[in-house]
Amino acid sequence: MSAVSVPTSGVGRLWSRTVDVFTSPKSGPVLVTAVLFVVMFLAGGARYRGFLSATTILNLMVSYSYLIVLAVGMSFVIISGGIDLSVGSVLALSTIIAARLLQFGWNPIVVILLILVITSVLGLLVGLMVHVFEIQPFIATLAAMFLARGMCYIIAKESISITDPFFSWMAKTRIILGYRMSITPSVVIALVVLAIAVWVLQYTRFGRTTYAIGGGEQSGMLMGLPTSRTKVLVYVISGFCSGLAGVLYAFYTLSGYALTGVGTELDAIAAVVIGGTLLTGGYGFVLGSALGVLVLGLIQTMITFEGTLSSWWTKIFIGALLLVFIILQKVLTSRRA
Amino acid sequence: MPDSAATRAGTPGAGPDPVVEMTDISISFPGVKALDGVGFRMFPGEVHSLMGENGAGKSTLIKALTGVYGVDAGEIRLAGEKVRFHNPAQAQAAGISTVYQEVNLLGNLTVAENVMLGREPRRLGGIDWRAMRRRAAEILEGLHLDIDPGSLLNSHSLAVQQLVAIARAIDVQAKVLILDEPTSSLDVEEVAELFRVIRSLKERGVAILFVSHFLDQVYEISDRLTVLRNGQFVGEYLTEELLRIDLVQAMIGRELSTLEEIGTKVHSADRDTSQDATPVTFLAAKAVGRKGAIAPTDLTIGAGEVVGLAGLLGSGRTELARLVGGVDRTDTGQLTVNGSPLRLRTPRQAIKHRIVYSSENRRAEGIVDELSVRDNIVLALQADRGWFRPIPRKRQDELAASYIEALNIKTPHADALVKNLSGGNQQKVLLARWLAIAPRLLILDEPTRGIDVGAKAEIQKLVYSLAENGMSVLFISAELEEVLRLSHRIVVLRDRRKVADLPNDALRVDDLLAVIAEGASEPELETGAAS
Repeated sequence: MSAVSVPTSGVGRLWSRTVDVFTSPKSGPVLVTAVLFVVMFLAGGARYRGFLSATTILNLMVSYSYLIVLAVGMSFVIISGGIDLSVGSVLALSTIIAARLLQFGWNPIVVILLILVITSVLGLLVGLMVHVFEIQPFIATLAAMFLARGMCYIIAKESISITDPFFSWMAKTRIILGYRMSITPSVVIALVVLAIAVWVLQYTRFGRTTYAIGGGEQSGMLMGLPTSRTKVLVYVISGFCSGLAGVLYAFYTLSGYALTGVGTELDAIAAVVIGGTLLTGGYGFVLGSALGVLVLGLIQTMITFEGTLSSWWTKIFIGALLLVFIILQKVLTSRRA
Repeated sequence: MPDSAATRAGTPGAGPDPVVEMTDISISFPGVKALDGVGFRMFPGEVHSLMGENGAGKSTLIKALTGVYGVDAGEIRLAGEKVRFHNPAQAQAAGISTVYQEVNLLGNLTVAENVMLGREPRRLGGIDWRAMRRRAAEILEGLHLDIDPGSLLNSHSLAVQQLVAIARAIDVQAKVLILDEPTSSLDVEEVAELFRVIRSLKERGVAILFVSHFLDQVYEISDRLTVLRNGQFVGEYLTEELLRIDLVQAMIGRELSTLEEIGTKVHSADRDTSQDATPVTFLAAKAVGRKGAIAPTDLTIGAGEVVGLAGLLGSGRTELARLVGGVDRTDTGQLTVNGSPLRLRTPRQAIKHRIVYSSENRRAEGIVDELSVRDNIVLALQADRGWFRPIPRKRQDELAASYIEALNIKTPHADALVKNLSGGNQQKVLLARWLAIAPRLLILDEPTRGIDVGAKAEIQKLVYSLAENGMSVLFISAELEEVLRLSHRIVVLRDRRKVADLPNDALRVDDLLAVIAEGASEPELETGAAS
């Protein structure tokens, strides 16, 4: 559209390049999120004592490592142009499977592997529904959401606490990074998942095909890309991530409960969108989604620091932020269309 | 009906064996026999044009060859070996690559990826982005396409995207390259560039299947022609041995004299009316414009007048039409209809004033694929009446039947889905939809693009007779001959502003081209029009 005349001065060129990067539908939203994060962090630091420190960020990662993993899985699905509403229920399902089986005295490693297999298979079923029967992802994952939630209640209605030594160890262990700075093993797991996801999306054919499906499935198919396989696999990844997130959540809370994670799927979607992924698919970065989780966490933390505000303000801020981001995306994509 | 034993011209005696040989191919869709025992072959180092009207089966034949459709009967041999492709990936792997009519690339990815996707260079188990960009840059350079391979594809124009699609196809190291209407969105220079590339590919021994509605281009580039009609094989000819007139006749199947008659009828009758006094002004636009779309422009259209908009791609033709049709809002200026000022905010308001814009983008902004022919025809009328007053089914059937007959829409029945019709027939359905609400001003944006000679002549005839009955028409076409033939007056646009408003008497294509190219200074223009 706006044919930027190439400025001759170095500063001008840098400026026009910056404008270009910020207004591209690919990189614009995620950069805005990054700026927002920094601004929020600095503003918080100016307002509250003890806010402006690495500890704040590390604590966020400890509290939200499960949400980072969920958002990673959700990013794959949304980039491919789909949506996964089942992740909250699947998370609850895996906490409750873990709690119940550990109660029976199963080996924790076996339990974790079993959970990951079950949730991946659930994802596979959703993927097949979406691909083979051409059911809209919204509906297919809605069905999976109710199914998983229902299964939670079949396994146990009440909350079960976990006393398994391995789980307790995972909950209590702190990896010390410096003075008053520490993280849990869960954070390491989440970061490894994130790193793998970044690599897969950017550097593998599967990852690029995921973007291709989001950009135009028909075109991708005509270009000879393996769209069907990729489309199914995206939901398997989301299922796997939900299972893993459930395990991390069980580490964090040391319990399994059928009512955990109600509405968490919406937090994951919000994080992904705030992180710059287009809801219609085709654009987005998984790192942005992690950043989105941190922004959500930061809002929560700031409201806690504020002290006088009710925690519902978190939702209101997140809602407002989502609205702004969706409008921003709309503007950026229509400008380039 | 022609049997497959029809003309089989110029089998080279000692020449190479065909690289592609399709025999007795048949494919059926619900209600339509798309291909019926068609044969087709391609030789290495030859450009073979597939000719036929819309609905002749060209696209279907191509999709059979590329594995998009399975064949019901018949066999495909590639370099002598029998093959059966189940998806485009298999065909591509076997060395058949395709550039489709619509750009089937991914706007959300970079140019480099669009060229290389599916065969990216790898390093350490992952995609090697740097090598990929370098390789893509080399290929693009080979096409003299100077763009940044790291930029997003949808930041480029349609023509550039088309060339990127070709760059992709070339890089596949194809034995067979299929170009389905590759030139429809390219300008003259870009076409020349494309042909240069095609010739160099020929020298490499690639067999090229070329489809285009432009006869000039077909004659310029192709060595061999195969003509299809209504899903059947008509004949295979060497280009140099086939006169154009015979080709058109083979494609249309009716006696050529009929076509010429249509042509001259429109033409001569047109001449008669152009002698008339200036008609009553129906719509006047004063300095209407929109930032970034078109500079403030004056435009008048008389009742019963056909005004042609001429200009190159991107000259602002569509943008102006969209302002007049109420699709986009005007930033400046004033529209006047029948003397009273009017402010249009939506197409709905325009339709209330019987001003109708028929988009150039037939698939996305025109027909509704999944609805039947009847539903598509009554759509605008129903919307205009309001959805609480449904048109009785009987009336719908009558409407559909009458338009199917009047416009000669080729469909098995009124309940057939529009997506199963050919492009020309879809266009007629779209026209029927607008005619059903009895417009006063019909804005036709590229109504004949991508449709065959026969349907084109019919639509031209229709436009002419509508104008004769008092309807005003704003007619946009990239084909200047067509604009000249139909219009009483021609408005020339260049670089998003109006450069001339010419009465169409004894204007020739060359005159018009000169105006478009030069943006002619006024005095020159006067002499040009007068001579």
